[in-house]
Amino acid sequence: MSDSDKPRVAVFKMASCDGCQLQLLDAEDALLDIAGAIDIANFAEASSNMQPGPYDVTLVEGSISTPEQIEQIEEIRRQSKVLIAIGACATSGGVQALRNTKDLGTFVRTVYPTPEFVKSLETSTPVADHVQVDLELTGCPIDRGQLLATLTALLAGAMPRVSTSPVCMECKRRGYVCVMVAKGEPCLGPATRTGCGALCPGLGRGCYGCFGPSQPPNTDALGERFERLGLTPRQAADRFRFITGWAPAFREAAEALEGEGGGKKKEVAPR
Amino acid sequence: MTHRTVEVPVIARVEGEGALHLKVRDEDIQDLRLEIYEPPRFFEAFLVGRHFSEVPDIVPRICGICPVAYQMSAIYGLERLFGVEVPAGTHELRRLLYCGEWIESHVLHVFLLAAPDFLGLHDAIELAKTQPDLVKTALGIKRIGNDLMEVIGGREIHPVSPRVGGFSKAPRKRDLEPFLPRLEWALAQMPGIADLVATLPKPELPRPAEMVALVHPDEYAINEGDLASTSGRKFTAASFEEVSREVHVEHSNALHSVMIDTETPYFVGPLARVNLNARRLTPVARECAERSGLHVPESDPFFSMAARVAEVALAIEESIRLISDYVPPEPPMAEVEPRAGRATWVTEAPRGILYHRYDVEEDGTIHAAKLVPPTAQNLRHMEEDLRTFIPGVLDRSDEELTRLCEMVVRNYDPCISCATHFLRLDIERT
Repeated sequence: MSDSDKPRVAVFKMASCDGCQLQLLDAEDALLDIAGAIDIANFAEASSNMQPGPYDVTLVEGSISTPEQIEQIEEIRRQSKVLIAIGACATSGGVQALRNTKDLGTFVRTVYPTPEFVKSLETSTPVADHVQVDLELTGCPIDRGQLLATLTALLAGAMPRVSTSPVCMECKRRGYVCVMVAKGEPCLGPATRTGCGALCPGLGRGCYGCFGPSQPPNTDALGERFERLGLTPRQAADRFRFITGWAPAFREAAEALEGEGGGKKKEVAPR
Repeated sequence: MTHRTVEVPVIARVEGEGALHLKVRDEDIQDLRLEIYEPPRFFEAFLVGRHFSEVPDIVPRICGICPVAYQMSAIYGLERLFGVEVPAGTHELRRLLYCGEWIESHVLHVFLLAAPDFLGLHDAIELAKTQPDLVKTALGIKRIGNDLMEVIGGREIHPVSPRVGGFSKAPRKRDLEPFLPRLEWALAQMPGIADLVATLPKPELPRPAEMVALVHPDEYAINEGDLASTSGRKFTAASFEEVSREVHVEHSNALHSVMIDTETPYFVGPLARVNLNARRLTPVARECAERSGLHVPESDPFFSMAARVAEVALAIEESIRLISDYVPPEPPMAEVEPRAGRATWVTEAPRGILYHRYDVEEDGTIHAAKLVPPTAQNLRHMEEDLRTFIPGVLDRSDEELTRLCEMVVRNYDPCISCATHFLRLDIERT
């Protein structure tokens, strides 16, 4: 594919599960329509035709977790007019950022018999920690509808806007019974931005924060609420320290809870 | 002496990142390495200290293409350790969810990732230009798999309803019944797809191989069963680590698996399953295997695509049966009381057997975890395939040689995100 008059789009992957770029392949019929409107210049998972930059729009999935990726993301930034970070890994470091508060050496020894073969940074960090990012789509995975709407807006020359209101609002709109009120189940919905369509409460369980902190996230009140539900400070902190736990608002919430002396103790976790 | 250097920086149409290094002098392979540069993410380390109930939300993040496989190996293993009796209908609903993942993952691989190779194209979008109806049919079948996962799990990537103890919420029968006409349509397409696979120009790689898969007395094993190999081994998930061992090699962030006693590689996946479970194939699946020329025993990895097509038919037939007989589990979830001990389980991910082990403390905290994904088990076998295959095709141009090597690798539908927890081709001819 090489159509010089169409916008050149590239998709790159850092440390991740491939799930966010899979949302593009899962778009199926829409994928063929989009493919007609753009020049897919570089998308290794989908095509062996990989062209060099510059690119008009670049989607980056995954977190920065190796020395090579720092160099790679800087080069991608230089080659991209619009750089969009997609997914929890690219926007908050991802679930693998759970290592950021631990000693990496211990982690490497836990997984690999010969640790000196493994090259890895101490931390897993979002793309915006390293280069300027023009737009972030959060979620683990990102929402396909949001991704397609974003690409459509960009093709029309507009910069899309993404809602930052909490999952709670979505639950109210859909008329879901609150799992925290009705079942006493810890739910991160009051502090997590919507995008999933309040998936977890709709399926009878608490939200676990895939789309990252809402704006503004009232994490203090939520942390207190978790404790009133009977969670220990460590258990309450672990609610925040999860899929998007390295996002500043959630990180600070976890630290505040454990600062109350619960971090060191070993407790019985909730069922 | 001939001197040639070929370099291809990223092997495309695989899930994750890797490279192949090949050094050839005259007719001899001097060096051959599958390099896995997908960065390590240390899942087995940060599972430590988390509560067991969080495991089904953490482990699917290893792979966006087979999240259900990760959830199922974890959930079944933990439930067995805790002695949980799940509500009637839970196993059937889990098998249906897993069938959705097989359909979605296999169709993605056969049409979007592998088929362009056999036709000398770059991607499925080029394929869509020459054969639009075929690609539309494929995407339509894939959509059914995705939709099944969505209606049961809430979303197809990282489903949220599967829990230790059952489902947070189970679909109603009327949520599933609309799938029946779509599944019947898809099933009717499968023999034609098998005929098409039979006509694709296919290299040959006949070599003896030990294949390993789950086997079950009553069904084509997916979630439950014991392990068996084409060399006559029989073992269980509990003894997996006594049979197979991971070896750490310098060029790879993924570990390689070998049999402990013989130090030999083995391979897992759809072709292994068809070989070991041929008698359990459903009628249309069996017809598809026959039409595409797949007759067991067959160890040529280039028959993997035919095996995948047969398994798509099987997953469709099983889905029809499971939906027709569906009775929602009530309540959807059983009470779970953790106990200390070791949880081990193996399920059949789309790419082959996926082993999980968790050492759990009395209060349900994970003390240690070990995950052995199918692609890691296949890596050593892939390297040996290349060693066997390359000498026969060294007369080809660099471009053609690269394409053929990539096809050898892609037979395994390698999922490098999983294995690292794979491919840049770099050929040096001196």
